[in-house]
Amino acid sequence: MVLVLALGDLHIPHRAADLPAKFKSMLVPGKIQHVICTGNLCIKEVHDYLKTLCPDLHITRGEYDAETRYPETKTLTIGQFKLGLCHGHQVVPWGDLDSLAMLQRQLDVDILVTGHTHQFTAYKHEAGVVINPGSATGAYSSITYDVNPSFVLMDIDALRVVVYVYELIDGEVKVDKIDFKKTTTQNAN
Amino acid sequence: MVTTEGMEEEEKWLAEGIAAIQHNAFYMSRALDSDNLREALKYSALLLSELRTSKLSPHKYYDLYMRAFDELRKLEMFFREEDRHGCSVIDLYELVQHAGNILPRLYLLCTVGSVYIKSKEAPAKDILKDLVEMCRGIQHPTRGLFLRSYLAQISRDKLPDLGSEYEGEGDTVMDAVDFVLQNFTEMNKLWVRMQHNGPVRLKEKLEKERSELRDLVGKNLHVLSQIEGVDLEMYKDVVLPRVLEQVVNCKDEIAQYYLMDCIIQVFPDEYHLQTLETLLGACPQLQPAVDVKTVLSRLMERLSNYADSSPEVLPDFLQVEAFAKLSSAIGKVIEAQVDMPVVGAISLFVSLLTFTLRVHPDRLDYVDQVLGACVKKLSSKAKLEDSKATKQVVTLLSAPLEKYTDIVTVLTLSNYPRVMDHLDAGTNKIMATIIIESIMKNDTCVSTADKVEVLFELIKGLIKDLDETATDELDEEDFKEEQNSVARLLHMLYNDEPEEMLKIICTVRKHIMAGGPNRLTFTVPPLAFSALKLVRRLQVQDGDMAGEEVPATPKKIFQLLNEIIEALSSVPASELALRLYLQCAEAANDCELEPIAYEFFTQAFVLYEEEVADSKAQVTAIHLIIGTLQKMTVFGVENRDTLTHKATGYSAKLLKKPDQCRAVYACSHLFWVDDQDGIKDGERVLLCLKRSLRIANAAQQQANVTRGSSGPVTLFVEILNKYLYFFEKGNPQVTPAAIQSLIELIKTEMQSDATTPDTASDAFFSSTLRYIQFQKQKGGLMGEKYSPIKLFSFTCFDCTFSS
Repeated sequence: MVLVLALGDLHIPHRAADLPAKFKSMLVPGKIQHVICTGNLCIKEVHDYLKTLCPDLHITRGEYDAETRYPETKTLTIGQFKLGLCHGHQVVPWGDLDSLAMLQRQLDVDILVTGHTHQFTAYKHEAGVVINPGSATGAYSSITYDVNPSFVLMDIDALRVVVYVYELIDGEVKVDKIDFKKTTTQNAN
Repeated sequence: MVTTEGMEEEEKWLAEGIAAIQHNAFYMSRALDSDNLREALKYSALLLSELRTSKLSPHKYYDLYMRAFDELRKLEMFFREEDRHGCSVIDLYELVQHAGNILPRLYLLCTVGSVYIKSKEAPAKDILKDLVEMCRGIQHPTRGLFLRSYLAQISRDKLPDLGSEYEGEGDTVMDAVDFVLQNFTEMNKLWVRMQHNGPVRLKEKLEKERSELRDLVGKNLHVLSQIEGVDLEMYKDVVLPRVLEQVVNCKDEIAQYYLMDCIIQVFPDEYHLQTLETLLGACPQLQPAVDVKTVLSRLMERLSNYADSSPEVLPDFLQVEAFAKLSSAIGKVIEAQVDMPVVGAISLFVSLLTFTLRVHPDRLDYVDQVLGACVKKLSSKAKLEDSKATKQVVTLLSAPLEKYTDIVTVLTLSNYPRVMDHLDAGTNKIMATIIIESIMKNDTCVSTADKVEVLFELIKGLIKDLDETATDELDEEDFKEEQNSVARLLHMLYNDEPEEMLKIICTVRKHIMAGGPNRLTFTVPPLAFSALKLVRRLQVQDGDMAGEEVPATPKKIFQLLNEIIEALSSVPASELALRLYLQCAEAANDCELEPIAYEFFTQAFVLYEEEVADSKAQVTAIHLIIGTLQKMTVFGVENRDTLTHKATGYSAKLLKKPDQCRAVYACSHLFWVDDQDGIKDGERVLLCLKRSLRIANAAQQQANVTRGSSGPVTLFVEILNKYLYFFEKGNPQVTPAAIQSLIELIKTEMQSDATTPDTASDAFFSSTLRYIQFQKQKGGLMGEKYSPIKLFSFTCFDCTFSS
């Protein structure tokens, strides 16, 4: 059982002061094996905070990130899964699933994690799964109205990944989960 | 200082004294055993003679004293049993006065006196009076203090207190009090006299010795506090005035400090509250060297604890006007002690403020008063330079922040900013940071423009340069941290009511504009997003009030936004400004304000043309422009055409060919929006795709020429995917034939010798083909659509499935 935290679009301090207190109390160091971040942190303090949660931290560049040296895309392998990470402002039209599917094919990954729209989605298609963890702070978005703070925790176990999405709605943390299985061929089902 | 040689001598004398006491005690015991009064008296006198020594320091003398004390208990027991020695207590009392030397005589007298009082053959008060006066015979400080201490010890349980067996006609509590007070007074005099007993060079040694003896004096006060009959009335009318009289008149710093503290610790808080004026009245009369600050702080702390533990006494505090009295006393002390350094005065205010916050937290007028007194004190000096005093001021200002979790309460204290004005620029910033931390920690929201104004006045050290040299000295990292905390703060300034929110935004804008170019990159974005959030809120609200002049409209806010973002040009921060302009364009689009949206796009393009020079930055910027433009629904045909033309034009002019290619095919989406009313211009889509194909070709050829081999075929695969995208959306211009030939092209390229093999693009192509296959197998409409597209056997590509 490998836990992967996926989050992004915090936009601290441009659009939000901090992570919601309820999220902060849940995110405890030492429990998570990997952290992947779609980008738009935006400052070093946030990077340092994420590093305390888990030393294995992967970040891709968002258009507002102060750090310009984050890569545009990143791929990594966790267990049997290949994961791809990209902020998503590079993929036009923004949030378009078919265009994101193209990126997924290009990176050749089972799970593609992107952000930018501040809207949680988890979509399964022929080439794999596309996950958007939303905005961890519920930051303003020109694309999405009424953004609720959200993040995703993936539990990777052999050929199965359970995606838990945590959303802060009206002051309460609501959890939902989705199951994905990968078949032994290169396709995910 | 006592030399080791001196110490060794002392040890020797002490040992000698102890030996002598033990020697005589042995014989005295023998005499007691044989009921021999004469012998007992003789040896006890000899024993007590050892206490006549002048050679021992108080610490060592105590050792000797305790041994004598133990022996005298045996003697006392013997005295009590009249049948053993046959002498009446009255006779005994007379008999012991024949002892040769005065000190042993008085010890024996006290011992008999104890028995005498117990026998009740005479009123306790008479005996006590006699004893306390007789002790005057010993004027040597150490010996006198121990003698009187002995008297106090043995008389303790024999005082004519309320309800004691010694109370009677003529024997009242008053007599007990008189006795103790007299003993106390005499002991204090002796104690004070010690200070002048030696040469000035031994002053330190003297003070140490005095310190060792102080509890003997203080004990009397403790006894007074234990007397049942000393109620509030008596304390107020008799005890306190007389004790204070002695304290003030003795004019000795050590005594005054110790005794004031003793009074405060020993007597009940209830009494202090009721005698506050008297107690405080003594403070200005004390010697200047007395640390009256500590005395007052301890008093205030006790009273605060009292209030904490018994909330029902709070009305008493108000009734005796405790705050007013303390405040006035502090003022008098500061006035009286002209040489008191500033740090002393400030720490007094800190103590008073702590008291006020604990006892009267709801009385903001009191809190403000304390701050006001501090301002007055600080005004009398020039700028504060003493670092200790500065620290105290910071403590003073931090106390209300900790107490009142809602910063708005602190913002109502009119003297708070005035105190801050007296801090130097550096400390001002420290204080400002503390204020911001307090707001963030407590998650408080500042919700009116007035309060925001006051807040910004307080934190002005962070918002702008207070003096010329400020920013040069600050470390870059620290500066960033500082400004980021200001940025975070801006999100705590909020009001649900749009009109008030707009006022807040205007107030903040006014202040941050004075911050200079270094600060704007930090402060402009949060303000801009605050404004955008307000726009959205107005947009979502239903309709306008018919006929009413609405002060807050999206148009007004967009004007404001334009000015705010424009300020970034002074930094300059073009890339940031470009992004913000695009955000505004989107927001204007949602409000259906076409001209405003167009204006924002113009601003963004101008920045792109004139300021964004870095090629990587250009790539990101053009994609942001394309992405934003793609979502615009408000533009009419003309405006839209102008902007899309510009976008595609700049896309083709990017420096590197692959970047050009990608930007151009991204532009294809500008001509096809999937919504119901969205534009669906199939021809122009195809034009873009063809153009990007040409660029990809050119890129391959260029690579051929410059490197001897073509680059990977990735670009072609990407374009293929785009073809598939529009094919599926139903663009009639994208035909199966076109797709087919593109597939062939890619295959050919991949097989060509000139092409550099690349696993990534191979895998990409394979998965694309798999996708096509998947779609074909779907059946239904999609399957039908894809049926003309033929994929040849996969055999040639087996080798690419290497994983």
